[in-house]
Amino acid sequence: MLNWIWLGLMLVSVIYGACAGTLPAVTKAAFDSAGTAVTVVLGLVGVLALWLGLMKVAEEAGLIRVLAKILRPVSRVLFPGVPEGHPAITAMLLNLSANWLGLSNAATPLGLKAMEELQTLNDDKTTITDDMATFLAMNTASITLIPATMIGVRLALNSANPQEIVGTTIFASVCATLMAIVASKILQRLPIFSRDHSRAKSKSNAEES
Amino acid sequence: MTLSEILQLISNLAVPVLMFAILFYAAMKKVKVFDVFVEGARGGFDVALKIIPYLVAILVAIGMFRASGAMDALSHVLTPLTNLIGMPAEALPVALLRPLSGSGSLALTTELMKTHGPDSFIGRLAGTMYGSTETTFYVLALYCGAVGIKKTRHTLVAGLLADATGLLAALWICRRVFGDA
Repeated sequence: MLNWIWLGLMLVSVIYGACAGTLPAVTKAAFDSAGTAVTVVLGLVGVLALWLGLMKVAEEAGLIRVLAKILRPVSRVLFPGVPEGHPAITAMLLNLSANWLGLSNAATPLGLKAMEELQTLNDDKTTITDDMATFLAMNTASITLIPATMIGVRLALNSANPQEIVGTTIFASVCATLMAIVASKILQRLPIFSRDHSRAKSKSNAEES
Repeated sequence: MTLSEILQLISNLAVPVLMFAILFYAAMKKVKVFDVFVEGARGGFDVALKIIPYLVAILVAIGMFRASGAMDALSHVLTPLTNLIGMPAEALPVALLRPLSGSGSLALTTELMKTHGPDSFIGRLAGTMYGSTETTFYVLALYCGAVGIKKTRHTLVAGLLADATGLLAALWICRRVFGDA
């Protein structure tokens, strides 16, 4: 899926750029974006190290297991494939709550940690599990309790009431999150999205090439 | 204290309180906090290195797509469709760009608010749309890339459905709350 969309974006950009005479801008955007990607990641290294360090301390202290046990009722419904007391539960819920609070510096490292933990439960390391998919879908819809960036922008532009979009944002993002849960739970049952299907497909691709 | 002030307070306190709680609890359990912290932090660089190629791929494709003008053309083509559901044509590029690029849609939203005023309907709608979903492609590339997942199955479809729901919900609630002015 991502393969095709990526290919489509790249090819359409070049073809459209050639027709519209924007090819120089396309070239520049390609190099600029490549640089941006590295800048973004390098900016992440520090916070990643900080949160992974703290998570390790929490794990060593047994805090992760305690939290996971408390959160069991929620996680059993959302992530049925994760066994009781597994560290993935705590990492996922910490990531989601960091997202909800708008703490993206904390959310990303916790999310990566959660994916690593979920990967230990995966019997086919290149294919996503149902629980990962639900987790990621919830992440892309992430509930925003404080749209801090937007409030900042509105403040800068002299809005009479910068906070007035808080309520509407919460409403819209809760709708998106509910959809993420429902959609991932329903879609995971469809035959074309089954784990066996994607495995069989990659096998036949390999044989062709 | 209004609800948004309470929420603001919580987000300001969350990180220091969490840090304190983890370290305090660990110290009580006689964990060698410094050594263990350093051991865990060492993993930060590995994870970051693993992510780079995925982010380059995604950000380059989206950067090229926008720069070529194809993005604008796409929103032009879709305008009749959005008129049908009562979405202002100006807000459509924000909706289309939101799942692709965080900084791009932020720039676009800011631009719209500057042009139409932050307290106009378009300004409020664009602001709500921006806050209502995350950058789906970025999240997928980042998290799947970091652990080596190649087959994402239904994740992208579920994420995009959630985005669409968030954007439509933003439109609906903004029309209710702020009116169509």
